[in-house]
Amino acid sequence: MDALLFMIFAAIAVVCGISLVLQTHPISSALSLVGVMGALAALYLLLGGEFIAAAQLIVYAGAIMVLFVFVIMLLNAGTEHKSRKSPWAKYGGIPLLVAFLGVVAYLLGNTMPAAEAVRFGEFTHGTALDIGRALFTTYLLPFEVTSVLILIAILGAIVLARKEID
Amino acid sequence: MQLWLIPILPLAGFVLNGVLGRRLSKSAVNAIAAGSVLLSFLWVLKTLSALSVFGGGNPLETPYVEHYYTWIQSGLLNISIDFAVDRLTAVMLLIVTGVGFLIHVYAVGYMAHEGGYYRFFAYLNLFMFFMLVLVLGANFLLLFVGWEGVGLCSYLLIGFYFHEKFATDAGNKAFIVNRIGDFGFSLAVFLIAKQFGSLDFATVFGQVKDLPVEATAGVITAISLLLLLGATGKSAQIPLYVWLPDAMAGPTPVSALIHAATMVTAGVYMIARSSQIFLHSAFALDIVALVGLTTAFFAATIGLAQNDIKKVFAYSTVSQLGYMFLGLGTGAFSAGIFHLMTHAFFKALLFLGAGSVIHALSGEQDLRKMGGLRNYTPITFWTLMCAGVAIAGVPPFSGFYSKDAILSAAYQHAPWMYWVGVFTAGMTAFYVFRALFLCFFGEYRGQHAEHGEHGRDEHGQSQPHESPPVMWIPLAILAVLSLAGGYINIPRWLEPMFKPVEEAPGTEWTVYVSVAAGLIGIALAYLFYIVAPGLPESIARTFSGPYRWIYNKYFVDEFYDSTVVNPVVDGSRTLLWRTVDARVIDGAVNGIGKDARGIGGFLKLAQSGSIRSYAAWVVLGSILVIAFIGLMGGAR
Amino acid sequence: MPPLPFPPTVPLSWYLILSAILFTLGVAGFLFRRNIITVFMSIELMLNAVNLSFITFSYKLKQVDGHIFSFFVMVVAAAEAAVGLAIILTVFKNRQTLEIDELSSLKN
Repeated sequence: MDALLFMIFAAIAVVCGISLVLQTHPISSALSLVGVMGALAALYLLLGGEFIAAAQLIVYAGAIMVLFVFVIMLLNAGTEHKSRKSPWAKYGGIPLLVAFLGVVAYLLGNTMPAAEAVRFGEFTHGTALDIGRALFTTYLLPFEVTSVLILIAILGAIVLARKEID
Repeated sequence: MQLWLIPILPLAGFVLNGVLGRRLSKSAVNAIAAGSVLLSFLWVLKTLSALSVFGGGNPLETPYVEHYYTWIQSGLLNISIDFAVDRLTAVMLLIVTGVGFLIHVYAVGYMAHEGGYYRFFAYLNLFMFFMLVLVLGANFLLLFVGWEGVGLCSYLLIGFYFHEKFATDAGNKAFIVNRIGDFGFSLAVFLIAKQFGSLDFATVFGQVKDLPVEATAGVITAISLLLLLGATGKSAQIPLYVWLPDAMAGPTPVSALIHAATMVTAGVYMIARSSQIFLHSAFALDIVALVGLTTAFFAATIGLAQNDIKKVFAYSTVSQLGYMFLGLGTGAFSAGIFHLMTHAFFKALLFLGAGSVIHALSGEQDLRKMGGLRNYTPITFWTLMCAGVAIAGVPPFSGFYSKDAILSAAYQHAPWMYWVGVFTAGMTAFYVFRALFLCFFGEYRGQHAEHGEHGRDEHGQSQPHESPPVMWIPLAILAVLSLAGGYINIPRWLEPMFKPVEEAPGTEWTVYVSVAAGLIGIALAYLFYIVAPGLPESIARTFSGPYRWIYNKYFVDEFYDSTVVNPVVDGSRTLLWRTVDARVIDGAVNGIGKDARGIGGFLKLAQSGSIRSYAAWVVLGSILVIAFIGLMGGAR
Repeated sequence: MPPLPFPPTVPLSWYLILSAILFTLGVAGFLFRRNIITVFMSIELMLNAVNLSFITFSYKLKQVDGHIFSFFVMVVAAAEAAVGLAIILTVFKNRQTLEIDELSSLKN
């Protein structure tokens, strides 16, 4: 059952990712990204990260992506024009990517013994209780610092986008 | 006994006058300058009497040494700042401080109207300091410090009228030519340090005593010859004498003090001090005598035809220094020192007197424009006559005793040297009296009414006038010394240090012949310039060839210019300046700049400004990093 | 249930490979898209892929720290998105364009 679920959601994620890259209109890319996030939330659940899955949906898909969509609509971003196919893109970029994928995949594959498997329900420490406890004991300092970070981000965003756009 | 006070007092004078002189009044500057030298002289007297020099007995058998400070201590080389007094030092100290003081007093009067007053006296005091260090030093390095220092002061004082180009040129020439000699001296010092492991006089001379006498070549000969090279630079012998006539561009007191009485005698002093070294190399001693004799003769011939009164005396100085070297070279070291002393008296007197004449004539130095001055400046006239008879070797005056001592030693060494020396003595008498007759006798050939036209004398008198007392009192004192100085029996005083040259029996006639030569010289001068004034002209015309040679000082300066000076200057300009400096060094530095710019231009290509290329670089970089980490041991 | 063409449990490494694929897709978008907002979204995709990787490792080590890290990543991504979009707005105001190739005033 786990495997099936994994396959479904993995497929959704990959397809949405590819669509993100290949779509011409930004809004379509944004919606594809939402799809990726949703699929990832499900995968988090499979891995036992309940809190993170919920946070993903609420914060990422619900707030950040909405922000993206707002900005796209605000700026009236249109379809991308056809670009001159520069030789760099074809003969440089794609091999680069393939090399990248290859290296990362190889490394990741080597770190994990194949016998290790994921079973839903085996990891029980992803609850809000556990995360809260860790957050307020071991990771208290980063927690407080992030609050400052968010404050700065708010101020920065306000300052930058202050004037009216005509 | 605080020997250090002797040089420090003039040094203090230098510092005071140098720093504060601008704001002090002239009398304050005078007091500091002359006073410090007077104090130094008095301290010398006190020290020497404390060492029982003036009493009887046998004082200063061994040198009296005062140790102050260990200067260099490096391996086997141990050099300290020591001052030592022995009999030779005593003589030198008295001469330097005594004659120096008289000249300082004279300079107060002579420089009264000159600009740069305090600077002059500051330099003069500095010179005294260095000369005293030179004389008091107990090792070669301290002597060298004094040596260099007096060279520096000579340069400063020759170029005192620094607005005149010929004065600064003369200063440069003096310093540069001296440098060549100093090079020889330095090499000698290195050899001494290497050979004897020390530069201390007592140590070195003690070691040399035990060495055998070298016949021809060897270390001792090398050292001696290099020391001689240094001495020829400082004491203006062949081949490095060319700076001394030009040095007359300085003020006359400078010529008297530095270029007659003290600095130029430093070479003689140094050779006398190193007598032990020279005695162990017969060849070097011969060279010393030869150099001295040749220079004496050579310079005397040039002096015959000069028209500037100071130039005549300058060549006379060179010639007399040659005599001193002759004395040293024939083994009569004490005779050489004796002549050093008497020469200090009468040569300083001659120069100061010449200065008095120049001052009287408001700056005129050409003998052809003088004449009949004995009525206008009687004191100067009589004192200079005393100097003249002294230098001519007329008995019983001082020059006779010292010159005779040298000439008899020369005869013992090699008779031909004696004869050349006698002839030179005749020439000496001739040219000195030529100058005196031209100057003081006959009719006044200069211009009367134009007073102050040379801008140096503002006495407001239209005729030549006598000097003020502050100038003629030192002249008088020096005249007395010139006449009576022969009775200070220096050779006997220096006997424990320098073995006297044995006089073979039956050679007393040498004395009479040399006296006769001097008298003949005076008589000839009398004939030429008083009895028959037209005679010199006709002789010059008849022997116009040789006359041209000696009048133009044998074109030695021109010869040096073409063989040494111009090649060096041209070579420096083309090779060193244009090629090495401009091309190589500047090229290297500019080349570095150009390379940096080139590399920068190349690296600039990565900054394309397009975000996507940056992204591509990031991805490439991350691939490399990940691969590297993977190779280094996995993502553990 | 009919036999499935894949094993009943999923090896951990598959999650990681999925993460790698998503990351590469993000890089691809980052390199090849010309609209700046799309580039930004590709960055978000990369961050998500990394989040998945963190959760996976947390599962393996049976610790909650990976979750915490992922949490912080999310927070930072949110802040970054806010500021980044503000910048994009400003750029649009000044340049009237959203094409990456025309935002090249640093060139030369």
